[in-house]
Amino acid sequence: MLGRKAKEAVAFTLFRGCALLVVLALAVILGYILTGGLERMSVEFLTGMPRRANTQGGILPAIVGTFYLMLIVLAISVPIGVMAAIYLVEYEQSSWMGRVFRLAVYNLAGVPSIVYGLLGLGIFVAYLGFGFSLLSAGLTLSIMTLPLMISSAREAIAAVPGAVREASYALGATKWQTIRHHVLPYALPGIFTGIILSVSRAAGETAPLMLTGVAMSLQRLPDNLFDSFMALPYHVFYMATQSSDLQATRPIQYATALVLLLLVLGMNLFAIVLRKRYRDKYRW
Amino acid sequence: MTIAIHTDDLHVYFDRNHALKGVGMDIEMNQVTAIIGPSGCGKSTFLRCINRMNDLIPGCVVKGRVMVNGQDVNADEVDVVDVRRRIGMVFQKPNPFPKSIYENVAYGPRLHGVLEGANGKMRRRKHAKAELDAIVERSLRRAALWDEVKDRLDKSGTSLSGGQQQRLCIARTLAVDPEIILFDEPCSALDPIATAKIEDLLVDLKEDYTVVIVTHNMQQAARISDRTAFFYLGELIEMGETKQIFERPQKELTEQYITGRMG
Repeated sequence: MLGRKAKEAVAFTLFRGCALLVVLALAVILGYILTGGLERMSVEFLTGMPRRANTQGGILPAIVGTFYLMLIVLAISVPIGVMAAIYLVEYEQSSWMGRVFRLAVYNLAGVPSIVYGLLGLGIFVAYLGFGFSLLSAGLTLSIMTLPLMISSAREAIAAVPGAVREASYALGATKWQTIRHHVLPYALPGIFTGIILSVSRAAGETAPLMLTGVAMSLQRLPDNLFDSFMALPYHVFYMATQSSDLQATRPIQYATALVLLLLVLGMNLFAIVLRKRYRDKYRW
Repeated sequence: MTIAIHTDDLHVYFDRNHALKGVGMDIEMNQVTAIIGPSGCGKSTFLRCINRMNDLIPGCVVKGRVMVNGQDVNADEVDVVDVRRRIGMVFQKPNPFPKSIYENVAYGPRLHGVLEGANGKMRRRKHAKAELDAIVERSLRRAALWDEVKDRLDKSGTSLSGGQQQRLCIARTLAVDPEIILFDEPCSALDPIATAKIEDLLVDLKEDYTVVIVTHNMQQAARISDRTAFFYLGELIEMGETKQIFERPQKELTEQYITGRMG
């Protein structure tokens, strides 16, 4: 039998091991992609158009396409998600309706991304006539990330202490004033975390794009919302499975994956800086 | 004596729980009225009826009348925002906003603005910076906190000690210029020294305000209040001059409670 102290040590080691595993996984991924992709990285690769069926030239259209997708998701998913979350916490906390909404959000989060792709194909591409376009794909990704956005914003808003709300009401603030002056500002750091997760997830999705408008190769940038586009994750998929010369294009896959990672990490860094600023502004 | 608050057959239900059972009470102006009783006796619920904080609790139903200065606070034409501006509240746990000390106090006045004009042509405008500064200083002075914080008004309200935070909450309430201030166990999270300061302040405040305090501390009620009401299981058992309640209670239950044989 193990003594109390030994059990303590085993538990601690186990927990630390699990935490380290996460760091290790990230390090392996980064190392793998860096070693494979750095050789192909160049100014031309980042700023040029693809040539010769993507085996030469750059990936600028894919970078710009993914960036636009992230912007569309940011513009649609974030406001709708935050407002829905406010409604769920502040107006329907314990009602029958609120429970139905929460259940819907949780279940929506579990729907596979390819199903969202089919939904986007049916509604945005075909029914609403947006065609295979940046808009159709962006809207599809927005709907897909909405549950994640709502549930993280909901948690952040619900974490604002009830005592603060009471203090505001007791001074004669209305519900809307309480939300705008207190609940939202104090919940912002948590909401930023939700934004990071949602936009990163949207940036990395491939399956829904295939049904809503991603192109294999374009020699130009999309110039309006109804244009077709390239995207980084799909480019990786394409180069890894459909290329005529897999050996020759392997470095391109790595380099593209590296660019995708950098783009997402860059966005995250921006959000983390914002989050830090708000955390410092409101000290509990 | 003028009656500031009058309740008549006041009932409160939380879903099926009958929390307040027909309470009729008169609270006099410019006095400290203490409400005592064991936990769960409905004393906080009663207090929260006065400024309609119970409105915020889903499933809570209030029946009966609460008259404040002759007006029924639950009447249809009464704006709840106006009720809460006129009746301030300080809570059990200090709950300053995580903003600067200045912003904590200025928040209420900013919300309501200044009501100006005459002959039925009233309009609201924003406070000028100097007016706001004056309100903040006056409120902090009145709450006996000014000297401790005047050099760090831009520091967060949450950086203060518990007792200072509670006085900040009092200053914040005073800043909107209420007529009545409700205190819901304001010292239960504070140490004895901070408690003594708040108690002094409460006695001092009755000069300008009607003060109602819920407390589970009988000595506190005896020390600072003019009149005391004893609640038990949702009913008002006895109310009278504090001295009389503690020295010659008329009801058996009251005597058992204040002598520590119950609750």
